[in-house]
Parts: sequence; C-alpha cells; structure tokens
Amino acid sequence: MSVSAITGLALLVLIAAAFYAGRARAVAVSGDKPVRLHSLPNYHGYFLAAWTAIPALAVVVIATIVERQLGMSAWTSAALTAVLSVLAGLAGLSLARRRINTGFRARNHVERLIDVVLLASSVIAILTTVGIVASLLFESLRFFEAIDWRIDRFLFGLHWSPQIAIRADQVGQSGAFGAVPLFAGTAMITLIAMIVAAPVGLFSAIYLSEYAGPTTRRIVKPLLEILAGIPTVVYGFFALLTIGPAIRGAAEWVGDLTGIVALQNAVTQSALSAGLVMGVMIIPFVSSLSDDVINAVPQSLRDGSYAMGATKSETVREVILPAALPGIVGALLLAVSRAVGETMIVVMAAGQGANLTGNPFESVTTITVQIVMLLTGDQEFDSPKTLSAFALGLVLFAFTLVLNVIALRVVQKYREKYD
Amino acid sequence: MTSADRQSAVQKRLLKRYRDEARFRAFGIAAIVFALAMLALLIGSIGSQAISAFTVNELTLRVELDAERVDPAGDRSPDSLRRGSYNGVLQDALRAEFPTVTEREDLRDLFGLYTPLVAARLLNQVADNPDLVGQTIDFTFPISDHADLYLKGQITGRESEVLAGGFTISRADGRATIISEAGVFAAVRDAVRADLDLRADAIEARAERYETRSEAAGDAARSEQSSQDAEAARQQAAALRALTRDDGGDLELTPQLPSRLVRIAGGFVSVDAISADGRSVSGRILVDGDADTAASAEVLTLSVPQADRRFSDAQIAWTEALQARGNVSEGFNTWLFTNADSREPELAGVLGAMIGTVLTIAVTMALAMPIGVFTAIYLEEFAPKNRLTDLIEVNINNLAAVPSIVFGLLGLAVFINTFGLPRSAPLVGGMVLALMTLPTIIISARAALKAVPPSIREAALGVGASKTQTVFHHVLPLSAPGILTGSIIGMAQAMGETAPLLMIGMVAFIADVPSLSLDGLTEPATVMPVQIFLWSDGAERAFEARTAAAIIVLLGLMITFNALAVFLRRRFETRW
Amino acid sequence: MSTVYHDTKIENAKVELDNVGVTYGSKTAVSGVALRIPDRSVTAFIGPSGCGKSTVLRTINRMNDTIDIARVSGSVKIDGEEINSKSVDPVVLRARVGMVFQKPNPFPKSIYDNVAYGPRIHGLASGKAELDAIVETSLKKAGLWNEVADRLDQPGTSLSGGQQQRLVIARAIAVSPEVILMDEPCSALDPIATAKIEELIDELRENYCIIIVTHSMAQAARVSQMTAFFHLGDLVEYGPTEAIFTNPRDQRTQDYITGRFG
Repeated sequence: MSVSAITGLALLVLIAAAFYAGRARAVAVSGDKPVRLHSLPNYHGYFLAAWTAIPALAVVVIATIVERQLGMSAWTSAALTAVLSVLAGLAGLSLARRRINTGFRARNHVERLIDVVLLASSVIAILTTVGIVASLLFESLRFFEAIDWRIDRFLFGLHWSPQIAIRADQVGQSGAFGAVPLFAGTAMITLIAMIVAAPVGLFSAIYLSEYAGPTTRRIVKPLLEILAGIPTVVYGFFALLTIGPAIRGAAEWVGDLTGIVALQNAVTQSALSAGLVMGVMIIPFVSSLSDDVINAVPQSLRDGSYAMGATKSETVREVILPAALPGIVGALLLAVSRAVGETMIVVMAAGQGANLTGNPFESVTTITVQIVMLLTGDQEFDSPKTLSAFALGLVLFAFTLVLNVIALRVVQKYREKYD
Repeated sequence: MTSADRQSAVQKRLLKRYRDEARFRAFGIAAIVFALAMLALLIGSIGSQAISAFTVNELTLRVELDAERVDPAGDRSPDSLRRGSYNGVLQDALRAEFPTVTEREDLRDLFGLYTPLVAARLLNQVADNPDLVGQTIDFTFPISDHADLYLKGQITGRESEVLAGGFTISRADGRATIISEAGVFAAVRDAVRADLDLRADAIEARAERYETRSEAAGDAARSEQSSQDAEAARQQAAALRALTRDDGGDLELTPQLPSRLVRIAGGFVSVDAISADGRSVSGRILVDGDADTAASAEVLTLSVPQADRRFSDAQIAWTEALQARGNVSEGFNTWLFTNADSREPELAGVLGAMIGTVLTIAVTMALAMPIGVFTAIYLEEFAPKNRLTDLIEVNINNLAAVPSIVFGLLGLAVFINTFGLPRSAPLVGGMVLALMTLPTIIISARAALKAVPPSIREAALGVGASKTQTVFHHVLPLSAPGILTGSIIGMAQAMGETAPLLMIGMVAFIADVPSLSLDGLTEPATVMPVQIFLWSDGAERAFEARTAAAIIVLLGLMITFNALAVFLRRRFETRW
Repeated sequence: MSTVYHDTKIENAKVELDNVGVTYGSKTAVSGVALRIPDRSVTAFIGPSGCGKSTVLRTINRMNDTIDIARVSGSVKIDGEEINSKSVDPVVLRARVGMVFQKPNPFPKSIYDNVAYGPRIHGLASGKAELDAIVETSLKKAGLWNEVADRLDQPGTSLSGGQQQRLVIARAIAVSPEVILMDEPCSALDPIATAKIEELIDELRENYCIIIVTHSMAQAARVSQMTAFFHLGDLVEYGPTEAIFTNPRDQRTQDYITGRFG
C-alpha cells in the first residue's frame, strides 16, 4: 500500500474518531442528560469531525501544490504530507473540542457549514463555464499571436494544412490555417444529418403521438431510446464497417452505369456516410423533443379541428404543427448544435482530407475532427499547430452556445404560451 | 348552397382527402420503420461481426523444454530462466511437426502460424514452476489471427471434393505428380476452365462498359483514357481465353486463380498444372505424405487466389494438417477477457480497458454524484431568487448542451497544463467526465426533488425541524431513488464517451493491465470506448471482429447499468 | 331506470337517440338514453357534473371516436339516418354537425383562416371571392363582423375570451351545419360575454338545431325550449323547459332544480 493510501486511511480514522469524541464530550458536559444540550450530541460530533477534516484536507491540498515547486522526492513529500495533515487535524480537533458545552449551538454551526458546501457545489457549474471560456480564450489568443493576428485568414482562409507549421523554421509563418474547409465540411455533414434526422424524427414523433396505439407506443419508444443510448464510437464503427462501404459500392455501381465521375470516385470515408449515420444518431433526439412539444399542444385544439370534420393529417398539418412550430424549431436548433459538436462519428467515418468540396461522396473534415487530429499524438504545446485546436474549440463553443441560447429561449417561450 | 349540394361537394373531395391521409400516415410509418431498421442493421452488423471474436482456435504443441535452451545458467533462477530462448523452443516444436520444411522463407511462413509474443507466456509458465525444465509439456496458445480467420472461413471460401479410383504419387525436388489412371482430374480441369471463362466474361463486360463510356465522354482526354482501359481489358480477357484453349498441353494454374490443394496420403500438394487428359496433376509438396499410392484424394478449392490473401497455400496446408492431427481446437476466447491490449489481435483483450473504465467511472461517480446532488438541493431547496441563482440555472442548461470535446479541451488546458496532473490518467479522465455529466445529474436530481410534495416539507417544518433537517431527513431520502436513477443514467452516458478522453491522452497504446487501486488512478490507462476506437483503426483484419466484440461488451455494461436504473425506478417508485 | 317523458308532440325530430350507452374501458358513463330532439330549437342538457351529459352530446357527432377506449352502443339518427353505421364517415358527419367547446379554442391562425378552415378542408368554396363571402356571412351571423372586420389577418388568439368563443361559433357555422352542439360554451366567460353568446344562440335557433350542455339552470331556462335532465349516467326527465322547471315529475329533478344538490 502506498504512503498516500495510508495517509488517507489514517485521516478517515481520525475524522471518525473526532465524531465519536464530539458526541461523547457533549454527553459528558451535559452530565449524561443530553436533553440539556442546545443541539443533539450527534451535531457536536459532526462539528468536531468537520473541524478535524477541514484543516487536514487543507494541508493535503496545499502540500500537493507546493511539492511540485520544491521538487522533493516522492516518498519524502508523501510522508511529510501525512505527518502535517494528521497534525493539522489533531490541532483542529482539540481547538474545537473546547467549545463544546451545554449552550453551544453546534447544529447551527453544522448547518451553516452545509449551506456553504451546497453553495460551493453550485458554483462549480459556473467555474466550469469560466474554465472553458478562459482556457479556450487564452490559448486562442496565443494562437492568434502566433499567426500575427491575422484572424481574418483563420476565419476566411481557404487552405487548411497545419502540418507545415510544425517545421521549426516556419513556426508562426504559415498561411495554412484557413478554417473555411473545416466549416464547410462541418456544414455539409450537419446538413446531411439534419436531412435524415429532421423528417424521420418529426414524422415518428407525429405518428407516435397522433396515430399509434398504446401498444405500439410502448414498444417503439424504448427502441428509439436505445438508439439514443448507443455510444457515438459505436456509430462511428457502424459507419466505417457497414454504411461507408455500402454507400461506396452503391455509388460506384450507379457511377459505372451513368458514367458520373463524382460517383465513380466515391470513397468509403465520405461526408455522406458520416452524415447519414449522424442523422440516425440524432433521430431519437429530434423525435423525443418533438414528441414533448406536440404533446404540449392542448387537446382542445385537436378537438376543435376534429369537430370541424378534419382528418388526422389535416389536423396535424393545419393545427398541431403550426401551434408547435416554435418548439419544433427549438428542437431542431438543439439537434443542429449536437450535430456540429459530434466528434467520434466524423473522426472515424468522414476521413481527414481538408477538401473544399460540394460532393458528399468525397471525404471532408470537420472542426471536431481537426481538434482531435491536432491534439492526439505527440506535439509540443507551444506550436501554433496545437494552439489552433483551441481556436477551433473556441469557434465550436461560441457557435453551439449561441444556438443553444436561442433554442432554449424559443422553447421556453413556447412552454409559457401553453402552460 | 343547399344541404344536398354541400353534401356532394364534401363527398367529391373526400377521396383525395383520404389519399392524403393515407400518404401522411405512410410517411409516419416509414419514418419509424427507417429508424428501427437502422437500429436492427447496426445491432445485426456489429453482432454478426462480434460472434467470431468470441471463439478462438488454439494450437497445442508438444514442447520440449530443453534445459540448455530455457535455462542457460543451469541454476533454475528467474534470471537465468528469463534469458532462455523460449521462442526457439516453440519453433523447434513446430518444425518437429513438419520436418520437411527447411527453406528459410518457408520456415518464416511456418513460424507465422503463431506470434512470438506467446513465448512470454511459456516463459511465465516455466518461471512459475521451474521443475518443468527438462520436461516435455503440452503448451496451448492462440493460433495466429490469419490462421484463426482461415479456420473460421473468413479468409477464403473452401470447397472440398473427394476423388476415388486409386492414385500413384511420384516425388522429386519437392514437387509431386499425382497420377489417376481413371482420369478423375478431368473434373478439376473443367472446373478451372469454367472459372477462367467466367473471369474472362467479367473482364469483357468491363471492357464494354469502358467502351460505352468512351463514346459518351464529353472531352477527348477522358474518352481516350476510357478507350485505353477498354483495350487493356480486352487483352487481359484474351490472355485468359488462351489458357482455356485445349491444345494438348498442361493447363497451368497461376497464383491469380483460385488455389487447388490435394490432400493425399496424409500430405498436401498445391496444384500448379493439370494434364490436358485429366489423368495427372503436379505441384509443390507443402506437407509430405507417407505413401506412394493412395485409394482416394481430396481436392480443396480455395476461392480467393493466393495472390489476393495474406495467408499462403503452404500456411493453409499446415493449418489443415495440424487440425487433422488434432493439434487445433476451437473454444471460447478467454484471452479477450484476460488480456490487455496487444499489437497482435489474437492476444488483444479488453481487460485493461475494462479496468480503466472502472477506475475512470469511479472518479466520475465520486465527484459528480455528491456535487450534482448538492447543487440540485441548493437550487431546489435553499437558493434565494437572485441573480447568482439565475446565473447558475442558465449555466447548467447551457453546459448540458456544450459539445463533449470542449470538456476535453478544458481538461487538457486546466487539469494537465495548468495543474500538472498526469496525462492519460483515469483521474483526469474521471474529472473531465464528471464535469460533463454534472448537468445531467443536476437536472434529474432537481426533477426528483421537485416530485416530493410540499406537504412533506411543511409537515417536517411543522414539528420543529430546521430547514436542513427537513431536507436531509425527509426530502432527500424520499427522492433518493429518482436521484440514483438519474445518476446511473448519467454514469452510463459517461461510460460511452470517447472524444474528451482523446484530448487528455487516454489514447495511448497500453499493453499492461492497470492496477485496480488508488495508484492506478494516476497511471496511464485507456477505457472501453477508446479501446474500440483504437481497434477500429487496427491494420489487421482480425481487429474488426474484436472491435465488434468490444462493442458488445461495452453495450452489455451499459445495458446492465440502465437495467439497474429501471429496476431501481420500478422498485422504489413512489406516487403521491 | 326509466325516463320520465312529458307528453309533448315533437313532429320535426332532427336528432333521435335510442338506447344510447357509452363505456370508457370497463366504466359505463351513460346507458339507455332515448331522446327525440326537435329541429330549429334549442335543447338543453342539464345535470350535475359527471352525469354524462357531455358524453351524450359527443355521440351526436361521433367525437367519442377520437378516444381510444370509448365504446358507443345504441342508435343515433339524424334526419332518420343512422350515424353510427359503418357507411357513415365521421368526417362527413361532422361537416353536418358543428361543435363548440367549453374553452374557446381558436386555431393558431388568423381570424380569417380560422373561419375559412372548414370550407377549405371540405372544399365548399370554389374561389377566393366565395370564401370571402362565407367568412363574412359567418362572422356576421356570429355577431363578430363589426368587431373584427378591419383585422381579419390578426391571430384568432388575440381576441378576448368572449370574442374567441363567437369566433369559434362562426367557424362552426361556416360549413353551414344542420346541428350545432355546444358543450358549456359560456362556462369560461364573464357575464357580459355570456349574455352576448346567449343572444346569439337565440338568433341561431331560427336556422339550426342547437343542443347545449350547461351547468347553469338559469341559462337553460333562458335559452332553451326543451330540457333533458341527466343524473349519474341516466336520462331522468325530458320535456319542454317550462314544464321541467315549473313542474318536475321526478324527485331527483326537483331536488336538482331547487338546489338540494349539484
């Protein structure tokens, strides 16, 4: 067992001991009549345990940070951390123990501590966002500095080949960071995915909520949910193994028959295969969001339409869809944001060539694929090649954020309308 | 408009309206059928691939653990044993099975029937039990991936036909001529000719397509190219037709044609010529037989030509011979579950990635569950309505939709580059996934807390409990099943996540099984989805099946988790 | 349980119900209802909540078809034609029998499109001019034209509650139905809006057979010529409104109209 494990165990034992010590002490000061205490004996126990744990853990955290700077041997630093943290725990324990008496408001102290812990937990969500924004911005600025602040060339350049920049004599000189092929590839795959997912998702939602009987619903809905639960890497493999070769085969066959060169040159890793499989992945997302939205349309509108002698499809097209439109638009925006940020399917199935092409049978690359390409494998962290991944990340984050904010607003407004 | 007029107007449109209705309904059904068909296709294609990876063919050899070779120092010490030549011992054992194989190239092919990495297993076996030195033992190990695929019928189609009528064999210079007085090889000859014709037909059809394309092509260059292609194809076809012509000479079999092996008198001959009268075939001896005459011969037709596969006729003959001698057995692929990753598919397993997943998810759970539940409690029960609370709320909703890869970038920039935590470690992976799953857990935990009716809170407050006591003694226990269900679903999600872990270097090739302990948290590891990603990229074809098998294992894990969630929800569901 | 019928001669029965029963799953909502409802008059269905009056109303345009678990038995005839038979298409039937609901439910469309909805789907207008005419007439009949003539392109939901309900009535009469069913049309409205709707009902009576379900006995007394009293899934008493209110023959009817329960 390592020193750190022993330290951890020792601290746990100490904290538990502090709890029992606090409880015993409280019972003792009350003269074995706990009713005379302001707070239950357990709270005195919690109080003491907290005052033991906090200093001890603080020491551990400080020691972990400091030891990196000092460069001590691993064993010495671990042993030192162990001794210091136990000492700090004991100090906290003995100081806090003196405060225990019959009138001591242990519960209020403990509850205040709980409040602080709860608030601190909530703040982590904000810290995460701050961390994302700060790290993306900081590294992106370093990237922009490395390309001499030619942000325009990054955003509007037509040529992407970051590999050039890794040569030492060319650092920061290369004009090969034009991200337009990436944006175009992302847009094409997203478009293909939405062409699949939007109608299929929407029509299945309509069928399930307006046409299907309870039995069909009970069977089909969980099956669609399975589609949503499959990891994206599995979809990627599916595209690589089944859909890619199938599309290529079909395209070559049609190409040979018709003599269309674009089809004859179809490749296995194509925008179409990645987009199609991504569309399948997004179907349950669109259908469950649309289902919620369609079900939120009040029954009275349906009744009104049926009472006029409308058929089901007329009711859906003329009344339900117009009523649900804002919600459906919101759902589709969320789906787009998901498609844009999806990584594994495109990494595995879309290829890597930064082609600026409108041909879905060719391989294209996307923002997420390039982030993965740039950051896997060995590379020093200061080259513009590596930093450009963060600039791409920033673009991705900003784009999806704007989409999400708009989508959530739209859906929110819609909900309020029928609540 | 009278009532009758109106009725007829309505009636007139009715047919068209019902056609629209039927079409609309068909669209709905088509959408669902499409989605479910894709699901079936996905499960079916991966499942059918995976099946073959769950079994493996193992080779058992009589291995003589010659003391001089496996224990150079002669003291049975681990040091000495480690310097022994275990691969040499294995090679000797295989040579003993095929004593006539002597050429260097042939030997290299022969030793290609297993990976030298299995020698390490033999070493460990001996090191564990030094008494084995000097003994002859049966050593079992997985046969090479190509041999395994061949035995599973995935390298080439294989047809077998037994010919009878009495044969005599004459051998010279490693070649054999098999003579059948009855001329039974005429059938083989005809089959080869038919095969050649078929190929020539196909090439001619291609040539025709090239020609039509050449005529249709708009620009001269492309037209020229197509007509050249057509010409080349015509010549190729003509060459094949020439072979089939019966000119009294031998019919030659090139490596570009399906191979034909003859199993006779316990040996194997690969046929490269058939006499025109069908009375004899001749070719290289792959496995030497034990007699000069035989009553029957078996002709194996391998549909994929030798030139198109990476497993030679000789290797096929040896594999067949070993199987006939009972040295090969097919069984459940335990290696897949007891090994970590390996460059050799037959030795690659998921154990390393499974333990990596367990370590990573443990960190995720330890961080995300308490933080998520505390946040939910704060927002649902304690938070005052102010701007900070609003900010947190908006934040959580947006974080839920941030692409997962962005969390990977955060982990790389903050945890690894700023805090200096180790790359590729489950600790960092777990932290990144925890941040990623937090919104899911918070949202589901809030829903669970919201479902507890206010009357319970009022009752607890009414008997004098503090706010904190009310929440922790009454509300939290009642909402626990819901919170747990949401958390488990979040964990299952994290378990399938790949992209953010690529960012923090969990894609390294790791051949050791990480230790399932605190120390394992900071050692390099990989996880199941990343392992799937790595294998899907593997150059060896045998990795395809293993990738599919790893997917089945991962899906199995996730289904278990989700089933647990469903069970908990059913078991503890409370309705108010 | 048998129904008490006041002996009134109904010669021009528009709607005839005979032994009508409705079940939801295993639960029986109403049973054994038999009624002859006269044309060009207002018939009120009254009774305490859950007595089945709305359920009976919904058998007349087969709205129960839209509920998966609902089963209707017995016979419902309009102009002597059985509407529950297989050969009758509910879509066609509902073009003859309009319905107005408790809560105003204008579609999320413009005022014009709301009224034009029925004529459009049924193909009743052969051109834009004809459709304009139908919309105008319907809105005029519903007493809404003066209020909305200059803003026909605004969404129907922008109107006030009472206006919305009159819009819905206009929408119903745009397909010139023969019967109009009203399911507590005023329960979501204030007294002034209610008065306008009641006035409207009284005017419409000249051309249509109107059946109204209401909670309010005062309303039934004000607008209807015939009244049917329902209780716990049974039709208890049916007769001229005046007779039912002044001289109820069944104890339960008496208790209800004198306010002992309900």
